[in-house]
Amino acid sequence: MKTLLKYTLALFLLATTLISCSSDDNTTSSDELANLTQFKEFTNQTHTIELYSHKGRLEQGYNEIVLRIKDNTTGDYVKNAEISWMPVMHMSMMNHSCPKSAVEKVTPNGTLYEGYIVFQMAQNATEYWDLKVDYTINGTAYSATSVVDVPASVERRVNTFTGTDGTKYILAYAEPHHPKVAVNNVVFGVWKMQDMMNFPVVDGYTVKIDPRMPSMGNHGSPNNVDATQKTVGGLYEGKLSLTMTGYWKINLQLLNAEGTVLKGETISDTVLESSIFFELEF
Amino acid sequence: MKNLFLLLLCSGFVSYAQEAKDSLVPKDLKEVIVISKKTQIHEKQSKSLASIDEFLDKGSKVDLVKRGAYAWEPLINSMATERTLITIDGMRIFGACTDKMDPITSYVEVSNLSEATVKSGQQGSCFGSTIGGAIDLKRSQNRFGSQKWDFAVNTGFETNNRQKIIGSSVNYADSTYYVDTDVMFREADNYSAGNEREILYSQFRKLNFSGTAGFKFFSNKLLEASVIYDKATDVGYPALPMDVSLAEALITSLKYVVVPKSSLLKDWETKVYFNTITHRMDDTTRPSVPIHMDMPGWSKTFGMYSKATAVKNHHHFLANFNAFYNQSVAEMTMYPENPDENPMFMYTWPDVRTLYTGLFAEDQWVFNCHSGLKLSVSAGSHTNDVASDFGLQSLQIFYPEMPRQKTRFLKSIAAHYNYHKSEWEYGFGLGYGERAPSVSEGYGFYLFNSSDRFDYVGNPNLSNEKSIETQAFISCKKDKISTKISSSFFRISDYIIGMPDATLVPMTIGASGVKLYTALSYAAIFNIDWNSEFTLSKTLKWNIGLLYSWGKDSNGNNLPLINPLSYKTALTYTKARFNAMAECIGNTAQTQFGSVYGETNTADFALLNASFGYKFVFSGSRLNCKIGVENLLDAFYTTYSDWNKVPRMGRNIFVNLNYNL
Repeated sequence: MKTLLKYTLALFLLATTLISCSSDDNTTSSDELANLTQFKEFTNQTHTIELYSHKGRLEQGYNEIVLRIKDNTTGDYVKNAEISWMPVMHMSMMNHSCPKSAVEKVTPNGTLYEGYIVFQMAQNATEYWDLKVDYTINGTAYSATSVVDVPASVERRVNTFTGTDGTKYILAYAEPHHPKVAVNNVVFGVWKMQDMMNFPVVDGYTVKIDPRMPSMGNHGSPNNVDATQKTVGGLYEGKLSLTMTGYWKINLQLLNAEGTVLKGETISDTVLESSIFFELEF
Repeated sequence: MKNLFLLLLCSGFVSYAQEAKDSLVPKDLKEVIVISKKTQIHEKQSKSLASIDEFLDKGSKVDLVKRGAYAWEPLINSMATERTLITIDGMRIFGACTDKMDPITSYVEVSNLSEATVKSGQQGSCFGSTIGGAIDLKRSQNRFGSQKWDFAVNTGFETNNRQKIIGSSVNYADSTYYVDTDVMFREADNYSAGNEREILYSQFRKLNFSGTAGFKFFSNKLLEASVIYDKATDVGYPALPMDVSLAEALITSLKYVVVPKSSLLKDWETKVYFNTITHRMDDTTRPSVPIHMDMPGWSKTFGMYSKATAVKNHHHFLANFNAFYNQSVAEMTMYPENPDENPMFMYTWPDVRTLYTGLFAEDQWVFNCHSGLKLSVSAGSHTNDVASDFGLQSLQIFYPEMPRQKTRFLKSIAAHYNYHKSEWEYGFGLGYGERAPSVSEGYGFYLFNSSDRFDYVGNPNLSNEKSIETQAFISCKKDKISTKISSSFFRISDYIIGMPDATLVPMTIGASGVKLYTALSYAAIFNIDWNSEFTLSKTLKWNIGLLYSWGKDSNGNNLPLINPLSYKTALTYTKARFNAMAECIGNTAQTQFGSVYGETNTADFALLNASFGYKFVFSGSRLNCKIGVENLLDAFYTTYSDWNKVPRMGRNIFVNLNYNL
């Protein structure tokens, strides 16, 4: 009986290979630059700075940026630099910066350094972003600056607003890059504007999420988990359920540590969207 | 065994015929709905070219959920297709529609079949697990004999929906080969309910082809290949928000039969089969839909069974090993008004693969010429596997810990005692059976039910549904009177049904909420029916039938789709080549409706039908002519099993012609 069962199973499995298919991704590469595309390179007298990202470009919102520094004389990549950066928006009346992380090595022995920058606004015909990279190699300080292209994002990925506490906040979508019909682990960032040049991470808040499909009766999805910080100074992590492909509006509310809503509205039959939201389309 | 059946002939109504050549054979209790004989569509039917659904509707054990003029869903003992087992010659076939718009009875034609065997409860577990019972649709089968050709042309017309029926069959048989082929085409416009109210989107068109070829090698071995191809297009479902642009089935099988030359083993039949179904729902013909959507579904099944019968002393044994592997996939793509926006896509059935292997064994133990006991057991392994990662991750939104695979063991056991002496006969039985949740119950994703207006989400963690049943009947046959009362009672624990979850937001525009499939602690269903036939004279017969069902869940609420008291009575006149029938059918008002499950009450109704038949015999050929009228008084009515209370057909005059050469 048991072998008969096995044979039947085998027969069926054999048969079903005809109607089933599977695709395997064989993109295992030891290359440091796998899945990264260079979008910018600029030089000073000694070095060339190469900028990379997954998308191969920057855009308005949260950007993970990988960089490396090439010695112009030897052609070698520098592995022991201490790096900091400063993005600046040059507006007609003033300049300001944006939220950004420290720049850290990706792997101890590699050539790559990484960090994030949250461009809360896009460039336009007269206003532009530039990026100044300051670095120290063996005690010698260097600097390089270049204009970078930051076009507007197609979907809304960053919200800049003033909360009911009078503070100006920046709330940005970081991950996932490729949302799925599943429970997605989402990562957001919350920063506040301390002054024109300093945008520190806000700690201990909650980002409530309510994903909706405006094209389909504004229905929602179950089992979402509001985003909270796992570590002080870090990004906010939550769970986002998407029940189908298409255009989703992720309605948001920002709550401070006491649970007071600083910005955003609860969705109801009459309130169809919050004043702060992200957009996803896949 | 084959020469003795408790045969419920459907000559417009029920009549019993029992042959008793040998009293030392077991009695198998079942209802056989005769559809057609090998070469000619059955002459005794009042409407010989009725659809399969109409034939099943005439049986006392089967009721049908109607969503329009086409593809009705059979209910056995007040239970729908999740709890029953419908097979075609023992083959498992699964519909490809998430909204039950294609029960497998919709993929066959009357010309393909000779009869439908309806078994109640665990007596139907030969080909798999069931709770309510089973229908096996038996294909017509030619016999080897002297060389013979048969040609037939069938045609019909119905006035109400201008249904046109045309078909033909060609059959050949000799001592070592037989070949049967038939083709049938039906086309109907919208039907009108009583008072000439047109029911929009009730049209359909269906083409069916079937072929069977048998080859006898040696005197006791038979090989038979069989194919059915069925294609329905432009099928309207007035009770639903969508129609069907295509429902297509290819059903193939290869059968090997040995009649062993041993005194013990009587018959050994092995079959391998494959069937594939494509079903496309379509809302493009509807004038205003909140959002346009495509909902195709596919179902493929490979399967086999090997069945043997043996006789030893007073024991008649039957054993059946059967297995199938089914793939069910259904998708939904919704198109937003803004054409630049991406379509919204989801799997409504996430490529569920079901592998079942089971063994069924039965012993009909004949004590003496009066009494016998039938014992049956079955055990099977049932495995569901979600093959699509996309689909699995979708369901994991609701069930984060849900595994890809789930295996269940399904068991059943039943015993039936039967006693027969002179004109009295009675029997009773006990049974226990289990079933696995259906693909929709286990893995459905936002399936909209247009009756209660809830989105349904499957539950992969459901336990097996378990049923304890008792059945009993008593009958008396005298010269002029035969009467029978039969009843069944089911207590189904872990009863699977959708329950609203107020925390969930529905997906479908206009839906009232989301129901998750859950298990109630139990539900109970009771059915009782009484059928009698009085022979008034040599030519005149009078039949009466009553049926009543009752169903409640463990919270004391009425179950949905439970038959109120329904009745049928008919007078049949038969003389030589002429026959006539007048019939009255009705239901009392349904007062015990399942309000908790979104059902509302249904008013009573009564209908009058009449038909006449005459067989013309020419030299070597026959023309069988049927003319009748259904719903003579043009009543405007709906029954408890009409989905969303879609009104039924008004007055309809039909003409069916069967010409045999």
